[in-house]
Amino acid sequence: MALSGVEIFKLLPKTNCKKCGHPTCLAFAMKLAQRQVSLDLCPDVSEEARQKLGEASAPPIRPVTIGSGDRTIKMGEETVLFRHEKRFINPCAFAVEIKDTLPEGEVSRVVQEVLGSEIDRVGQRLRIDAILINNTSGDGKRLEDTVSAVYGMAPQVPLIIATNNPTSAEAALNIAKDGKPLLYGANETNFEAMAKVAKELQIPLGVSANGLEALSALTEKLKAAGVQDMVIDSGARTAKEILRDNTCIRRAAIKKGLKPLGYPIITFAQREDAMLETLIATLAVAKYSSIVVLSSVEKWKSLVLFTLRQNIYTDPQVPMQVEQKIYKIGEPGADSPFMITTNFSLTYFIVSGEIENSKVPARLAVMDSEGLSVLTAWAAGKFTASKIAAFIQESGIEKELSKKELILPGYVAILSGAIEDKLPGWKITVGPREANQIPAFLKGRN
Amino acid sequence: MAFTLPTETYAGKVYEVTIGTDNPVTFGGEGVLPFHSFEGPIPHRPVIAYEIQDVPPDDWPETVRRPFESCSGDPVSWAKYCQDELKAQAIALRLIGTHPDRENRTPEEAAKTVSDVLGAINVPLIILGSNNPEKDSQVLVAASEAAKGRNCVIGKAQESNHKTIVAAAMANNHKLIAMSELDINLSKQLNILITQMGFDKERLITDPMCSALGYGIEYSYSVMERIRLAALTQNDAIMQPPMVGDIGFYVWKVKEAQASESDLPQWGSLEQRAIAWEATTAAALMLSGAELLIMRHPEAVKALNRFIDELI
Repeated sequence: MALSGVEIFKLLPKTNCKKCGHPTCLAFAMKLAQRQVSLDLCPDVSEEARQKLGEASAPPIRPVTIGSGDRTIKMGEETVLFRHEKRFINPCAFAVEIKDTLPEGEVSRVVQEVLGSEIDRVGQRLRIDAILINNTSGDGKRLEDTVSAVYGMAPQVPLIIATNNPTSAEAALNIAKDGKPLLYGANETNFEAMAKVAKELQIPLGVSANGLEALSALTEKLKAAGVQDMVIDSGARTAKEILRDNTCIRRAAIKKGLKPLGYPIITFAQREDAMLETLIATLAVAKYSSIVVLSSVEKWKSLVLFTLRQNIYTDPQVPMQVEQKIYKIGEPGADSPFMITTNFSLTYFIVSGEIENSKVPARLAVMDSEGLSVLTAWAAGKFTASKIAAFIQESGIEKELSKKELILPGYVAILSGAIEDKLPGWKITVGPREANQIPAFLKGRN
Repeated sequence: MAFTLPTETYAGKVYEVTIGTDNPVTFGGEGVLPFHSFEGPIPHRPVIAYEIQDVPPDDWPETVRRPFESCSGDPVSWAKYCQDELKAQAIALRLIGTHPDRENRTPEEAAKTVSDVLGAINVPLIILGSNNPEKDSQVLVAASEAAKGRNCVIGKAQESNHKTIVAAAMANNHKLIAMSELDINLSKQLNILITQMGFDKERLITDPMCSALGYGIEYSYSVMERIRLAALTQNDAIMQPPMVGDIGFYVWKVKEAQASESDLPQWGSLEQRAIAWEATTAAALMLSGAELLIMRHPEAVKALNRFIDELI
């Protein structure tokens, strides 16, 4: 259970030495309670206090990583149940399943799909994060062969090796152990042997059990056996079970401080019906899964899920921003309309979408306003006549235009005179206030 | 240590709303977070209404126009198709042709469309304006009168035009959608204004404004979650009406629902991408609290229904 600031304060040296960078021990304790700083900053804390605080200050959901290099997947460390309270920390990973019964050609096709899955959206690189190799055949040799084929083609992609046979697991893992794969995994019957393999190779262990009670008992046994990094599976497979178990796991870990369930969750979303699989994955993204296993990664499905994950894991306190630049919509010519707006991602999406709907090719200048919408940016002094004028001048856009005309959002009509003063030779036109009036406005100009 | 499931009990409950007369449907009524059947009963499935409009869907993208090609020339045959062929639980008629920038149809013309559609169907009807607040305040009054006695849903009343629309919905005994823009306080404020006019809060449906996947869905999602938490944990009666997600209208104008695969090969099949865009937007908002979903594509509706089957 998390300790309060005052409880933590009682365990600190109370010397107010400032070595931790805080004015008083109490101030430091308050920061510790909010998990904003690490106890390591205090050089004088007693061993006893360290132990007590260490337990209490550990994140309620243990951080676990799989993979290595810049594709490392970070999981856990979540602190809330609802995203409006605080940002969800580590976006869930998408993994595609490759069964070891697949013919070689199919295996390499899926690996190529994963490697080619990367797309850029609002400045983020998004991709299928991992491959789960399933020992569907039950044959150790086939598992080994599939692991070496996949690892040979894509050593940089984190792997999840799924088998319940410890001997097969060890042989397969030895091929790919430098990539720090996840072994999935341990269950009631094999956990001792699996724990040994995971410890020996220093890799995280997936743990499955039937229901939350059995699961928490099993993670305790594994912890006692020396395994620290685990990823858990309650056996939930239907949407109803996934929602129930994931919610209860997150609540138990965060609100009750229950350590045996304080691990990242792996969810198996595979369905024959690709559309339904997309919706099961939607549930997993929204409701607390850290790894979502898919049966296939068609481009359309990946785009949907990448976008959803990006949206759900956005910081609710920090607006998403798009890059400041002049965007071309359609194929604008020298006499096409030239409009300006701010770089709040929603503003950009809605304005550019409406320009597209109008079918009138245009240029849209998106100005950095620290992610604020037009009216808010204007009120905050981020979207002012002099800033707009400077941006337009520095962009050098006038060389591309046959007439120097800038269309201003209707909400900041008040700025038009001042911009004209600062941009000699330019005509400033006041456009619509709302984006949905843009098509009528642009069509009306033609 | 014995393990107990960390269930919660909630102080409040969402109002149950029934719409229609001959084949009525009911939604809401749960006293737990969305689909938390492990904590209490979920008396009703979410209801999915098929969206149609008073003018042919020339403004809809090809992918979602095609399934209705045979019937969408007039709203009556379109409505019958949704009811009879697609087995719609409810139909949402959007009077988009009344918008001043569009066909600018008169309130009388809109009222006639409403009567004609109601004459042809026996499932509940949701009547939506063109989202032009000024025009809606005339159109929805005429539409409410034309639909008298059929227990329809009238939408949407916004802060700027709620007075006439609320009065018309009240006089003609309809349910009412109250729409505000992505802010829990504005939503609460509007519900208060409407109930202060004497409209029962048990007859309201809250629309905190839908946003499509990739285009601000996180705002709609979180506002819905917050409204539902206020209804359940704080027992805030004014936040207890069920919520609507006006999905299709927002989804089918985004680029991902329209751009062809030849233009953007990295986005994959347009058909499946667009359908999934609608189904996923609906699924996410349903998980955050929407009980009434207004949708367009039959395949997206089917997928969502299969998802609900698994969740219930």
